[in-house]
Amino acid sequence: MVRFENVGLRYGMGAEILKDISFSIEPQSFQFLTGPSGAGKTTLLRLILLSLRPTRGAIALFDYDALTLSKTEISGLRRRIGVVFQDFRLLDHLTTYENVGLPLRVLGKDESSYRAEVRELLHWVGLGERMHVLPPVLSGGEKQRAAIARALIVRPELLLADEPTGNVDPSLARRLLRLFTELHKSGTSVVIATHDLALMDQFDGVRRLVLGDGRLHIYD
Amino acid sequence: MSSFLGALRRMQAAAGTLTQASSARWILKGRRSRDMALVPAGSIAGRALVTVIAIMTFLASLTAGAALLISDTSRGWQDDIAREMTIQIRPTPGRDLDADSAKAAEIARKSAGVASVRPYTKEQAEELLQPWLGSGLDLSELPIPRLVVVDLDKDARLDIDVLRRNLSAVIPGVSVDDHRLWLERLAIMAKSVVALAILIFALVLAAMVLAVGFATQGTMSGNREIIEVLHFVGAEDSYISRQFQHHFFRLGLRGGALGGSLAILSFFVLGWIASRLQATPGGEQMEALFGSFALGLNIYVAIALIAAGIAVVTGFVSRVIVYKHLQRLN
Repeated sequence: MVRFENVGLRYGMGAEILKDISFSIEPQSFQFLTGPSGAGKTTLLRLILLSLRPTRGAIALFDYDALTLSKTEISGLRRRIGVVFQDFRLLDHLTTYENVGLPLRVLGKDESSYRAEVRELLHWVGLGERMHVLPPVLSGGEKQRAAIARALIVRPELLLADEPTGNVDPSLARRLLRLFTELHKSGTSVVIATHDLALMDQFDGVRRLVLGDGRLHIYD
Repeated sequence: MSSFLGALRRMQAAAGTLTQASSARWILKGRRSRDMALVPAGSIAGRALVTVIAIMTFLASLTAGAALLISDTSRGWQDDIAREMTIQIRPTPGRDLDADSAKAAEIARKSAGVASVRPYTKEQAEELLQPWLGSGLDLSELPIPRLVVVDLDKDARLDIDVLRRNLSAVIPGVSVDDHRLWLERLAIMAKSVVALAILIFALVLAAMVLAVGFATQGTMSGNREIIEVLHFVGAEDSYISRQFQHHFFRLGLRGGALGGSLAILSFFVLGWIASRLQATPGGEQMEALFGSFALGLNIYVAIALIAAGIAVVTGFVSRVIVYKHLQRLN
């Protein structure tokens, strides 16, 4: 599904912040991406999303050579990926409902065709009563759930979540993680970036990709 | 979809609802929109651009309206002048001007293509000089030529050369003026006014394109996160630039409608002022130059086209700028 081979990244003439990164993400797999703050977790997720180009190495995404793809092809691949950003990235002038329906709207679908789906998903993540609320009045946890719902609405083959439990209490964090494991069971590959070791310890036997000093260490 | 909803229900049963529904209700009434604009509509930059577009539309509409008014009026003059010609009989020693004038009128009346003939008397000819020489002067010693005004038939064509020959054969010092010089000058003036209007319109359009360009850049900078989110959810550059095009088209329509309405209102006000001044000498001169400021259908259509055209240009320019910017991001 995703394959990195000797990928390196540097900004400008600076030192490499990611060095010789090689790993793969298999279909229907579940893994944590971890490491200290500033280790490059978000940068690595952006490389997977193809919003950054590596300075060296090769990236394959859904069996396509990512470095030779056109902008249109990249957009097509991104539609197969759900992303939950650390800072949510909800559009403040759109309601929760409109934010969650955004990926389907971008696909050119008519609003009536996805209305029931979005409502159902919002009820499921506990935002049924907050459907027509603008993000600025949502709490951190509600924003997090809205961002997750937006990532899930397209039924992605790959879910990338950047610190999805960073803004919620431990109880909600556990429930969110259970949600991700359920998603994984339904066939979605999940990558969760977090630096919360305690959270990861709750899931035995889950693959860990650990970033440190610009290098990636894999613990299967 | 049903399988997706089914999967959701199964997961809901397994994981439980994530949280209890909040008791606070922040539901915004009337905010159940189907297709809320992806580029936020209300911003200071947007309002400023609407104002700029309104001013540009107003100026362009005034220019076009004034050009059309002058063009229509000058066409009226040309029609009037083209249907008239003048026979001038200069005083010649030993000749009776009154007799020559009557003879010229008789020859003209008999010519094919002449509708009517109006010979001017000596007093009428002297009255024509009053605006330049003033009244109360004894002009009897001045060799004032006698005029015969010939109204041409709309349906038949007068052979001016034949008339000129017939008159010259019997009346020395006669000349025929078909107002060709005046017509040419009027045509040049009308064309100059239209050319000036086109130039002003082009300048207004160029200024507006620049203003839209700056506004688009500003809006893109202010909405960088929206562009990024749209990219991440799989939107193509053409989709994003289309959203900006819709945004700026709406701003252009608002500005165009405002500016066009103000221009129409201005013409009404000018027409009202002109009607109030109609009895004064200044008002008559203004009416002679610009007509009665009566808005014809062509001016309404022109202003509506200008407003709509400016909205289309605004949307198009923003789309091109956004698309090029997104391409550069690659």
